[in-house]
Amino acid sequence: MSSGSSVIGRYELSHLGALEAEAVSVMREVAAEFERPVLLFSGGKDSIVLLRLAEKAFRPGRFPFPVMHIDTGHNFDEVLEFRDRRLAEIGERLIVASVQESIDRGRVAEETGPRPSRNRAQTTTLLDAIEKYEFDACFGGARRDEEKARAKERIFSFRDHFGQWDPKAQRPELWSLYNGRICKGEHIRAFPISNWTELDVWQYIEKEQLEIPSIYFSHRRRVFERDSMLLAVGPHVAPSGDEEAFEASVRYRTVGDMTCTGAVESTAATLAEVIEEVRSTRVTERGATRADDRFSEAAMEDRKKEGYF
Amino acid sequence: MPDLLRLATAGSVDDGKSTLIGRLLYDSKAILEDQLASVERASTQRGYDYTNLALLTDGLRAEREQGITIDVAYRYFATPRRKFIIADTPGHVQYTRNMVTGASTADLAVVLVDARKGLLEQSRRHMFIATLLRIPHVVVAINKMDLVDWDEAVFRDIVRQCSDFATRLEVADLTFVPVSALHGDNVVERSQNMPWYRGLPLLQHLEDVHIASDRNLIDVRFPVQWIVRPMSDAYHDYRGYAGQVASGVVKVGDSVMVLPSGLATRIESIDTFDGPVEEAFAGMSVVLRLTDDLDISRGDMLCRPNNKPTVGQDVEAMVCWLIDRPLAPGAKYAVKHTTRWSRAVVRDLRYRLDINTLHRDEDASNLGLNEIGRVAIRLTSPLLYDSYRRNRTTGSFILVDEATNATAGAGMILEG
Repeated sequence: MSSGSSVIGRYELSHLGALEAEAVSVMREVAAEFERPVLLFSGGKDSIVLLRLAEKAFRPGRFPFPVMHIDTGHNFDEVLEFRDRRLAEIGERLIVASVQESIDRGRVAEETGPRPSRNRAQTTTLLDAIEKYEFDACFGGARRDEEKARAKERIFSFRDHFGQWDPKAQRPELWSLYNGRICKGEHIRAFPISNWTELDVWQYIEKEQLEIPSIYFSHRRRVFERDSMLLAVGPHVAPSGDEEAFEASVRYRTVGDMTCTGAVESTAATLAEVIEEVRSTRVTERGATRADDRFSEAAMEDRKKEGYF
Repeated sequence: MPDLLRLATAGSVDDGKSTLIGRLLYDSKAILEDQLASVERASTQRGYDYTNLALLTDGLRAEREQGITIDVAYRYFATPRRKFIIADTPGHVQYTRNMVTGASTADLAVVLVDARKGLLEQSRRHMFIATLLRIPHVVVAINKMDLVDWDEAVFRDIVRQCSDFATRLEVADLTFVPVSALHGDNVVERSQNMPWYRGLPLLQHLEDVHIASDRNLIDVRFPVQWIVRPMSDAYHDYRGYAGQVASGVVKVGDSVMVLPSGLATRIESIDTFDGPVEEAFAGMSVVLRLTDDLDISRGDMLCRPNNKPTVGQDVEAMVCWLIDRPLAPGAKYAVKHTTRWSRAVVRDLRYRLDINTLHRDEDASNLGLNEIGRVAIRLTSPLLYDSYRRNRTTGSFILVDEATNATAGAGMILEG
C-alpha cells in the first residue's frame, strides 16, 4: 500500500485520488481505442508519474504499449541512468529515438549560432519515430498549468499528417467522452495529467514514494548565469563572453536538454523540502528554468503547432 | 487531504470575469510573479492603462492579436481546503459550444452579471446552459457593485430578476453574491462596503459548497473500459474488467448483471494496483473480477439485477450542435456513449430552442452551430442508458461527423 489515502470521508475521493482516477481512465481509453499507442518518457517527474499511472491502469497485465525516449544527446547522465534502471524494474519495453541519428542522417541540421540547442530538432526525431513505428497515439506528461498555450490543450489532442496542432480547430471535449477517431497517418497526443498542477505532481510523487532522478534535489554544481537562469557547465554548454562559472547549491524543477534547462538555487534535499519550496515559490517552473519558452509570448504555441511534445 | 471542485465561469470580459478570475488566482497565489510580470509587460505594450488579467488566460497568438478569447481555458488554484479547476469559457465568440464544453464536467457554475445592466440576454443564456448541463450549483456573482454605490436595492432587484427566470429552469442550488472584482469586495474577503449582505464571500462559498452528495451513489453503473488479461505465469487465469465507476457503489459479493447479455454473476474481488478493496464508488477507477467466466467486452455494462439502465435503440435527447455543417433529419453520425461506439441516424428534429426566450420552434428544419434542440435518434445497436437528469455519465453522448471525425454534437438523453 502506498502512503496517504485517496479516499476521504464516506465515498469521497481526495483531489489526488480524483486526478489519479481520471488519468487512469484516460490511459485505458487510449489503450482500448488505438492500435499502436506509445508512452513518451523524458525521465522527468511528469513522465515518471505517467509510468506509475500506467501501472495503476494495466497491472497485473503488461503495458499495452512501449515506452519511448527522445534522446537529444544532451541529456543529464543521471537521467539516462535513472531511465534504464526504472524501465528494467517495471519490465517494459523501451525505444530510444536519437536526435543525433536524425542529424547524422541529414533529417535536421544542428543549430548553430551563439546558443545552439537541440530542443527544436527533437520534434523531427519524434515525428520520424511516430511515422516509423506507425504510432497512432502518444501519451505525454504535459499539464495545462505549465504554460498559456497548454491551458487550452485537449486531453485527446488531434495531430494532422504533419504532426501539427491547430489550436483554432480543436475538437470540443465534453464529459469524459474522448473522440479519438483519426485517419491513417494522423495521430492523437493524449495527456492524462492535463489537470494536474506542479504541486499535485510533487504530492503524488510523495504519496506514491516514487524515485526521481537525483538532479531534482539540491546538489553542488558548477553553473553560470545566462538570461537570469543558471545553466550547468557541461560538455555541450559553457560560459561565453563575460559569463562566469561558479559553484552553487542548485536543483532542477524540470528535466530537459542540458543546453536550455536552468537550475534554481535551492537547498531542498528531500521530497518534503521540495514540496515546501514549490508551495511557496513565486515563479512558474517554465519561467524559472526553460530558455526554450522565453523567445516570445507564443514560443510554446509555435513549437506545439510544429508537433512538439 | 483537500477535495476537488470543478467550476465553470461564464460571462464576458465586460462583466469583469477575467478580473474576478485574476483576483481568485492572485489572492490564492496561483498567479506567480513571472506570469504577472509578463501580463504587465503585455498590457503596457498594448496600451492598456491597467493590468489586463485577460492576457493571463488568452494563451493563443490569435486571441492576443484579436483581443478575444477563442477557447475554453483551464486554470487551477487551491486553498488549504479545496483544489479548484476553472473551465473559463468566453462570453462572446462561440459561447454556446464553449460553455457547454466547460459546463459538462462542472460541479458549480459562476455566472457573472454586471450590476449596472441587470439580467441581460447573455446571462439568461449562461444560466440556461448551466441548468441544461445540470451543473448542481449555480452562483450568480453580481459584479461592479462599486459602480452602483453598493446599493442593496440594485442587488435585490437583480436577484428577483434571476429568481423569476430560474423558476422556468431547474436550478438545484442558486446563490447570489454581490461583488466588486476590481476592488476585491466579497471575492476573498468580506466587503466592508456592503454590510447589508449576510452571505459568504465568493471564495468561502466555493470552499464550503457541499458537492459530495451531488454524485449518484444509488444506481450501480460500471461501463467496461478495458479487459486485464496478463496471460503471464503468475496470473495465468486472471481476467479483470477495468473501468471507472459511473455511479453507485459496488461491493465484493454483490450480485451484478451484465448488459446487454443479461447474464448474472457476483463481484469476486475489486482490484487496484495498491491491492484489493472492499468497495468502489462513483468516480473510482478499478478492476472488477467476477465469480463466473462470462463473455464480456468493452462497452458492456455491469449493474445491479434490480436496478438496470434502459436498453433501447430509440432515444430522445437535447442536442447542442458544435460544427458548421448543420444537423438535419436523415443524417447519420457516429455516437460515443460511455465506452461504446455505435452509429445513429437522426429521425426527427422535434424543435429548436431559442435559448434567449426558451421558445420552441417546431418548424425548424435543422440545427446550426451553437444551436440547441430536441432530437430523436435511432441507434444501430441498443444503448444502455439513463436519463441525463438521473445520471450525467450514462445520460450523455457525443455525435461525431464520420466524414471529418469532428465532434459534432453533445447530447443529453431525456426521460423516456
